[in-house]
Order: sequence, then C-alpha cells, then structure tokens
Amino acid sequence: MDQFTLNLLFVGASFALYIGIAIWARAGSTAEFYAAGRGVHPVTNGMATAADWMSAASFISMAGLISFVGYDNSTYLMGWTGGYVLLALLLAPYLRKFGKFTVPEFIGDRFYSKTARMVAVICLVVASTTYVIGQMTGVGVAFGRFLEISNEAGLLIGACVVFAYAVFGGMKGVTYTQVAQYCVLIMAYTIPAIFISLQLTGNPIPALGLFGDHQASGTSLLLKLDQIVTELGFSSYTGHHGDTLNMVLFTLSLMIGTAGLPHVIMRFFTVPKVSDARWSAGWALVFIALLYLTAPAVGAMARLNITELMWPNGTNGDAVSMETIKSDEKYGWMETWEKTGLLGFEDKNGDGKIQYYNDKNPAMQAKAEANGWQGNELTKFNRDILVLANPEIANLPGWVIGLVAAGGLAAALSTAAGLLLAISSSVAHDLIKGQLNPNISEKGELMSARVSMAVAIAVATYLGLNPPGFAAQTVALAFGLAAASIFPALMMGIFSTRINNKGAVAGMLTGLIFTLVYIFLHKGWLFIPGTNSFADTVDGSLLGIQSTAIGSVGAALNFIVAYVVSNATEDTPQEIKELVESVRVPRGAGAAQDH
Amino acid sequence: MAEKHTTSAGDQAYWSANVRIILISLVIWAIVPFGFGILLRPALSGIMIGGSDLGFWVAQQGSILVFLALIFFYAWRMNKLDREFGVEEE
Repeated sequence: MDQFTLNLLFVGASFALYIGIAIWARAGSTAEFYAAGRGVHPVTNGMATAADWMSAASFISMAGLISFVGYDNSTYLMGWTGGYVLLALLLAPYLRKFGKFTVPEFIGDRFYSKTARMVAVICLVVASTTYVIGQMTGVGVAFGRFLEISNEAGLLIGACVVFAYAVFGGMKGVTYTQVAQYCVLIMAYTIPAIFISLQLTGNPIPALGLFGDHQASGTSLLLKLDQIVTELGFSSYTGHHGDTLNMVLFTLSLMIGTAGLPHVIMRFFTVPKVSDARWSAGWALVFIALLYLTAPAVGAMARLNITELMWPNGTNGDAVSMETIKSDEKYGWMETWEKTGLLGFEDKNGDGKIQYYNDKNPAMQAKAEANGWQGNELTKFNRDILVLANPEIANLPGWVIGLVAAGGLAAALSTAAGLLLAISSSVAHDLIKGQLNPNISEKGELMSARVSMAVAIAVATYLGLNPPGFAAQTVALAFGLAAASIFPALMMGIFSTRINNKGAVAGMLTGLIFTLVYIFLHKGWLFIPGTNSFADTVDGSLLGIQSTAIGSVGAALNFIVAYVVSNATEDTPQEIKELVESVRVPRGAGAAQDH
Repeated sequence: MAEKHTTSAGDQAYWSANVRIILISLVIWAIVPFGFGILLRPALSGIMIGGSDLGFWVAQQGSILVFLALIFFYAWRMNKLDREFGVEEE
C-alpha cells in the first residue's frame, strides 16, 4: 500500500468515527447543548478537556519551538500546564457550583451588571475567534500535505465534519468526539516518539530517554546534543540565553491566560458535582502531561537526528552531499517537504555538499572562510514541520506517518469545536437570551445556539481560507485578553465579596485596553505591518517586556484598579454577598443544576 | 440532609481553611517553575540530572509533575474538608 492510501485510510477511519459519535450523541435540550446535561464522568471530562485544550499549536508547533531553541522555550511547557493549577484551585469548583452555562453569565450575575457581561462576551468572542483561525489554517495545511488535495478543499471537508457533530450534538456531541480525538492524537504523538527514543537511547519511554544515554556515542543524550550544536556555532541546547524577566512574565501570562480561556473553563460545567470538577482538572492535566512530557524529548531527539543527518561523518567531517540527498531514501523527506516550500536547501558554494551551521556566529564565519563555505546551506526549516516530518526523518514505517496525519487533524478539529461552542453558547445565551430576547423559549434558544454555531463555523472557515496576515500572532492576543480581562474578574468574583460592579467593569476595561494597546504598539495597529511604534524585542520594547509577555501585567493592573475603584464606591448588595457565599460551599450544587 | 442547618460561622471556618490550603499550594506552584526552573537555576547548577542540571529538568518536566501532584492533593484534601465541615454534596 502506498503512503497516500495509508494516510487516506487513517484520516478516513478517524472521520467516520467522529461522525458515528455525532449521530449517537444528539443534543435534545439547552442543558445538553451547553453542558452535556451535566452528566459527564470526571475522567471522561478530563480527556475531553485535554483534546479541547491541545490545539494545532501543542501538537504541531510546540516540539519545533523547543527543538530549535532548547531550554529558553521551556516557557511553553510550564506555562500551558501551570494554568491548570489555577483552574483547579481558584475557578473550576466554584463555577461548577454556580451552575450556569457560560462564563459571561457568571460575570454578569456576580457583578450585577449587564455591562460587565457584555465586556466579557466581547473578550470571549475576540479571544476565541482569533484562536479558531489558527486551527482552521492548521486543518488546511495537514490536509494539503497528507492527502495531496488543495488547502481550501481540505479546510472545507474539515468544516463539514465539525458542523456535523458540533451543530447537532452541541457540548454533548463535542465532548464524546473529543474523547475519541484525544485517543487518536495521543497515539499519533507518542508512537513515533517511542520508536525514536528506542533508536537513540534504547529507552521505550521518551520522557526518560531524554535524560538517558545516547547509545551510539555512550555519553548522555543532552551532553551529546549540546556538544554538536555548539560545534556548529549554535547556542547550547540546555543553556539559558534569553532575558530572565521576559521568561518569567511570559510563562506567567501563559498560565493565567490558560486559566482564563472560556472554552476550557466551560468544560467544567459538564461534570455532575463540585468534587468532580476538582478531580476533573487533575485528570485533564494527566492526559495533557502525557503529551507535554513527551514533547521536550521529541524536540531534542529531532534536533539530534536532523543535525546528524546533515553531518553524517560528524561535525568535523564532510557534510552530506547533494547526491546522497537525491538518492538515499533516508533523505526522502527533504525532497517531499521542499515541495511545500517549508524546507529549503541550496548548495551556495557549489561544492556538491550541504553545510548546515550558524553563519551569524563570528567564530563559525572564520571556520567557514577557511573551508570555503559561503553561508548556511540548509536555508529554511519551518519549525511547524518538525512533528509532521519527524516519522519520516527517523525513517519510520508508513502507517506511523498516516497516524500522525490523523493526529494533527484531531488536535486542530477538537480545539476548533470547543472554541466554536464557546462562541455560539455566548451569542445564544448571553447576547440573544440575556440581552435581546429574554422571553425566548427553550426550543427557540436551542435553535439560535445551532444557528450561531453554523454562522461561527462559516466565519471561521472564511477566515481560515483568507487568513489575515496576523493569523500567527493572534494566539498571543487570545492569551493576553483571557489573562488580562477574564481570569481576574472570575477570581475576584469568587474570592472577594467587596468587589462591586463599578470596580469589576473598570478593572476589566483597564486590563483589556492596556493589553490591546501594548500589543498593537509593538505588533502594529490591528496587526498592520509598519504601524508599530516599538520593536517587539527585549531592548526595543516600551517597558522592556515583549508583547507576548504583557498579559500578566494587564492582569495585575485589572486586580489593582478593581480593588481601588470598589473601595472608593459603595459596598456590594446583600444578595450578592449571599451569592458569593453560596458559591464557596459545595453543598446544594444539585439544586443549582435545575436551571 | 438539612440544607440550611449549618451556621454561617461554620461556612466561614470552612472557607478560611480552604483559603489556607490554596495559599500553601500556590506558594509551591510559584516556587517550583519560577524558582527552581528559572531564577534559582544558576545557584543549583551543581545538581546534575541525566546530562543536564536540576533547573533544566524542572523547566522541561519537573514542574508538570509538581502541578499534577498539587491538583490531586487539593482535590483529595478538599473532599476531606467538605466532609469535616459537613458541606459536601448529597
């Protein structure tokens, strides 16, 4: 069977599974559509949360980000998992006890303010929409590469599948599909990693192999990696080279942002009890950790494999020849990926070999001159192809490659569905029922939730087909907004009885506007290139903080402004104090369920 | 179970106990990644783990394991606290 048929088989089988689940899990009521009837077991919910959370960025991009930078990009590993501690301790159990359907609904009720609810809706829709564009483009890329159809056709097929299970099944359909998608994506991620870890270290567990010995050289894997990358003039893999303040603030922003993303928070509305919400956050992190503990091993091992393929005779021997790349099947992936434009190599000095080294390093420039090299000849290596190309780089069997194709699609589709659900719930429940037509019947609300979902899918598909130039940068925006506006409002709503409507609105707007303006000052207004006032580097930026790390500062401002304004204005009404006190104790959560 | 029988004072004590557990957990949550993983890494660089130092391991894997332990500890401890104060769900 050729590779194309294998890919088609794996992707086709996984899609058939998702559609089958969609038919089985149709939503009949708003409670089923928004919260899966609150009957989801905490372990099942943990698995669905993991699939919901792990997007194309976690599956496709993260290992590549770590691979080419090393220690400094551990920020993603710590930041994207540390947020679950905040969720489990500070938000999930209380929001489950509150027992409503959306994040803006809590903010609106707790701060007895329609303005607060609308600010939350705006933050939610902006954060989720920008986030979903990335997922849709990811679907297009995965289809384009593995099924040899155009990105556009791939994206439309993906949109139809999401439509089938999200519009009809709502949260119920999405939850059970996400469980299946988690299984597909985790197998797709770990199986190639296990093969590669066995090849390099003899240890079947990649997370342990990373700290084990490199079998071919007998030294430890990380020492070997540090040695060969520094010999080529790159900075050491395990060393700390970036700015420490930015590393801390970026990690903190990712943590707070993770805890403030509505599509993750709303998953905790689906479990039967408050105690289940606590356990469920732990199970979610178990399932996430299976991938996140493997990712740094995938990154380091791929870096070692690629470097050794480029220098088959060691970094002091001859580089790989063009002839070998063309004829040896070990190098077949280079030609496949060169066609996509994401990988490039060029024999600049015409010696028939491809020298891969850091041509920005002065010491290497001297060595290059002595050897007649004219610059780094592995001219392009897009970090996003690392995970997708990894099985080919390690020369693994064809079915593994098919599995990775299905896994990448599962990661992108499951996150897209979760985000679309957050958007449509908020539009139907907060905007239509809460603001425009409070007397709408349950049937009418369910219909409007389905219609908003269909509209959201259409908008996301359109934006995926015509991605605005800023698509890649908007994830920072989504996290910034979630961290600076949503998380502080939720936390203060639970942990303080004193924060009133004025304080909350002032705090949310301060966090929101500060973060947005700071990002625009560094990335350009509405991300239009050239309209930025500051360079987005440590030295060039306004406060010495890069725009990706500013969310935590926005969150701090939100807390301070809300506190000061609340204390300068009147106390909260008695019924709000009672609401907060009832949210704090688990007893009686069953009653809250009957909405 | 009688819904309204616990006094508000009991709920207050339950809440302070919860806040104390949260504070202790969050101190560990902050010290491990930001302390051991980033700021204190140079000071602890003498402790080797498989080809690199403790700080590298904490940043790449150790923090995640600590986060897991914290969440499961909190869920276990709080479910016990719920029963101690009689505020658990029926």
